[in-house]
Amino acid sequence: MIPLLLIIVPLIGGLISFLLKEDKAAKSWSLLIALVTLAIALSGIYFFNNADALSIHLPWLPALGSSFDVHMDGMSSMLTLLTAIGFPVIFVAIYKNSYTKPGNFFAGMLLTQAGLMGVFVAADALLFYFFWELALIPAYFLASNWGGEKRIAATFKFFVYTFVGSLLMLIGIFYLYFQTSGNHSFAIESFYHLHLSTHQQYVFFWLFFIAFAIKMPLFPLHTWQPDAYEQATTGVTMVLSAIMVKMGLYATIRWLVPVFPEATTHFANFIIILAVIGMLYASLIAIRQDDFKRVIAYSSIAHIGLMCAAIFAQKEVGWNGVMVQMFNHGIVVLGLWIVADAIEQQLGTRKLSELGGLAQKAPELAILFVIMALANIALPLTNSFIGEFLMFNGLFQYNMVIAIFALITIILTAVYTLNTVQKIFYGEVAIQTTHAVDAGLHVRFILWILVVVIFFFGIYPEPMIHLTNDTVKALLVQ
Amino acid sequence: MNAIIFSAVAGVVMMFTGIITQQKSTIRNVALAALLVVLLANIFDTYGIFSIYIPTHGMLNFQKFGLYFNTLAFAATFLFTLISGSDVTLIGNGRHGAEFFALIFFSLAGIAILTSYNSLLMLFLGIEIMSIPLYILTGADKRNLKSNEASLKYFLMGSFSTGILLMGIALMYGARGGFEIDALKPSAVSNEYGILDPLGLVLVFIAIAFKVSAAPFHFWTPDVYDGAPGVFTSYMATIIKAAGFIAFIRLFDNKAVEMGMSWKIILPVVIIATLLVGNITAVFQQSVKRMMAYSSIAQAGFMLFAVFAENDVAKEGILIYTVAYSVATIGIFAVLEKVKDISLEGFNGLAQKSSLLAGTTTVFLLSLTGIPLTAGFFAKYYMLLSAIKYGGSSVTWLVIVAVIFAAISAFYYFRVIQAMYFKKGNPELHSFNKGFCFMLVLLAVVTILIGMFPTIILNWFYF
Repeated sequence: MIPLLLIIVPLIGGLISFLLKEDKAAKSWSLLIALVTLAIALSGIYFFNNADALSIHLPWLPALGSSFDVHMDGMSSMLTLLTAIGFPVIFVAIYKNSYTKPGNFFAGMLLTQAGLMGVFVAADALLFYFFWELALIPAYFLASNWGGEKRIAATFKFFVYTFVGSLLMLIGIFYLYFQTSGNHSFAIESFYHLHLSTHQQYVFFWLFFIAFAIKMPLFPLHTWQPDAYEQATTGVTMVLSAIMVKMGLYATIRWLVPVFPEATTHFANFIIILAVIGMLYASLIAIRQDDFKRVIAYSSIAHIGLMCAAIFAQKEVGWNGVMVQMFNHGIVVLGLWIVADAIEQQLGTRKLSELGGLAQKAPELAILFVIMALANIALPLTNSFIGEFLMFNGLFQYNMVIAIFALITIILTAVYTLNTVQKIFYGEVAIQTTHAVDAGLHVRFILWILVVVIFFFGIYPEPMIHLTNDTVKALLVQ
Repeated sequence: MNAIIFSAVAGVVMMFTGIITQQKSTIRNVALAALLVVLLANIFDTYGIFSIYIPTHGMLNFQKFGLYFNTLAFAATFLFTLISGSDVTLIGNGRHGAEFFALIFFSLAGIAILTSYNSLLMLFLGIEIMSIPLYILTGADKRNLKSNEASLKYFLMGSFSTGILLMGIALMYGARGGFEIDALKPSAVSNEYGILDPLGLVLVFIAIAFKVSAAPFHFWTPDVYDGAPGVFTSYMATIIKAAGFIAFIRLFDNKAVEMGMSWKIILPVVIIATLLVGNITAVFQQSVKRMMAYSSIAQAGFMLFAVFAENDVAKEGILIYTVAYSVATIGIFAVLEKVKDISLEGFNGLAQKSSLLAGTTTVFLLSLTGIPLTAGFFAKYYMLLSAIKYGGSSVTWLVIVAVIFAAISAFYYFRVIQAMYFKKGNPELHSFNKGFCFMLVLLAVVTILIGMFPTIILNWFYF
């Protein structure tokens, strides 16, 4: 019942939001819906051992061998929780921003949430594909309608990349469907029980993985991402980078590795090397960026690359790390975007060269941002540390040379993150920042909450590992 | 048999209506009532109630698949008349509405023959009865030079294809000594026919490919669709085109494979050529109407998968494709009639002007692109599924090419969406009433409903 509610509540809330014309009404309504969804997601954690509450099976298209089958295990709970936390945080952070047609904006946000929830709980390939696309369409409209000057072209690039990927995945799904025994079925269980020949695995693996790699995005399929992140309005960028990129990682763990074990092992080396190249490349580019949003965008590519590498290393420690980090990266990157948005809303610029000395004017924001930055570098005591530690551990077990190259990115991350902190908050007060004041109360409030989360899971990550450990074991054995 | 008789009679009734009254709303209502009668008569026929039987000596063979397709085609025509009927009566000097409807009914009679023919002669008759009214309808706006040009072009090219068809039938008759397509059954086939038989079949193939505007026989399509009055383009691009595919499927149903002729080499080439020409050219169009013409070629490329695969999935798929594609295209052309400037710039800022037009058009465009939750997704779903079921991993390259073209199609469909929503402008619209809005919403709802439960169409088929 819980997974169904997680989809239905934002879906209906979003549809109603289309009717709201008033700015205040749309904002409060969507915040209310997001909080209700959060409550449902938390109850999912509470009922974690109650299998009935966490799955639901409804007939949908029996003739096609597909059913409305949703199910939550530890990994799903973790990611639905991230989605459920992310949206209210975003809604509070952008509460004072003004959008043309606010009803439509928040409706799109809630529909995206419904799609994301669906992706994280679907246990049927066709249903999974449905939600995979449904999360994309509202995001496309959001990013094209609100944002920077080149938003239409940038978002369309994002759309075409994803669409090509998902169509290839659809073909892959069809092939697997015809491999299932008896009356063909799209159920995930029947996909897990397939006995594919090595050749089949090698071919079909790529049909799926290209879709997931585009979504992550993995080097060299990442070119849509910095443009899309930069051009979309920051509220939408938060959804894209904190939550939507997790779709690719989640899908790899859930739909790729257990179905194509041989192909995964066979191509692991190649993909891990790609991921590490991507990490180094993105980190190096991030150092040279002048636009705050692009720094975060490239930083995000680097972090996702590490998670992808850890998945394909296929070590239990590494997978535990991925699980934890999928959540924690979302929290940290949300914090970074919120700061970016607060600065842009107040000062009207994101250029590092035009900012400076903001710490004198906005001391509290500076403190909060430094904490976020340290979490981005994955310093001990912050939540990212444990995840990255476990992932590097897994990578070391896989191949030491590759792991050493990956470790270089830690230094690079420190370089560009601290560089950004310094340029924005310290040094001479720039012309743009002379009249700056501290960020609004709602922004500081939500950032403090994120800081609490960062420290809590930095010091005591045990509950997260406990939550996902069963999933890791179950999926790695497959 | 009901469908053929009733639609022919309805055509005659419409002609007389034109003599009795000139009132546009009356003419439209009579046409709607007659369509309803034809539709019901065909549904009764499907379930064996009140079906008129005339011995045809095996020249027609009424099977459930064909009859059910009739139902869908008539229902689509009914929706078309509901939403665009009043525009039909306004074409030209506005005095020939009844005659136009009469011609539509005659072409429906042709469709009813095409879905049930069992003899090559009937195939020929069906195609001609369906096409000749269309030549006239294309030139219906007779003071418009483009309409005249389109009509002449269509007629000349159509005549050529008719000649080719007749030549093919003659060769096949010469080889086999019979017109029945049952005679094409594998048991009756051997090498003794020599070159005549496969040659004849190729000529017939070319003629029907011309009708469904498959490349490289598509050259008439953009000019004719662009020049013809919008409402008739809508009718031609949807119902008529789908009927052509049914003719295809009936002819090549499982038999061609075993004829010693390797269709499976020719067809992929035609499919890819059609997808290539349709999609790539559509990208460069500035007029939405012309873009839709090329897009209809592209969609035909996808529908050809049903001819390629020839299995149960393909048959179900072509039914779904017909409905999905017809509903979306009829909707878009209805909107085109209401927008004064049908170039892409003419759509700039439509969402601000009328969120209803923009919203429903978006649903139709998403459906044509094949986004889930719209009917178009399941249309493409069935086509790809049928191909994979037929060919397994040997057709991987073909389906991958097809989906890449599907992604390209997103490029031009989404340009309209971008113009409507994300660009600023003040499009001029013709006035439209509440009923029109209601119909548009209805079409959009049908699109989404089929997108969620495609089996509602197929359940009827098996019922």
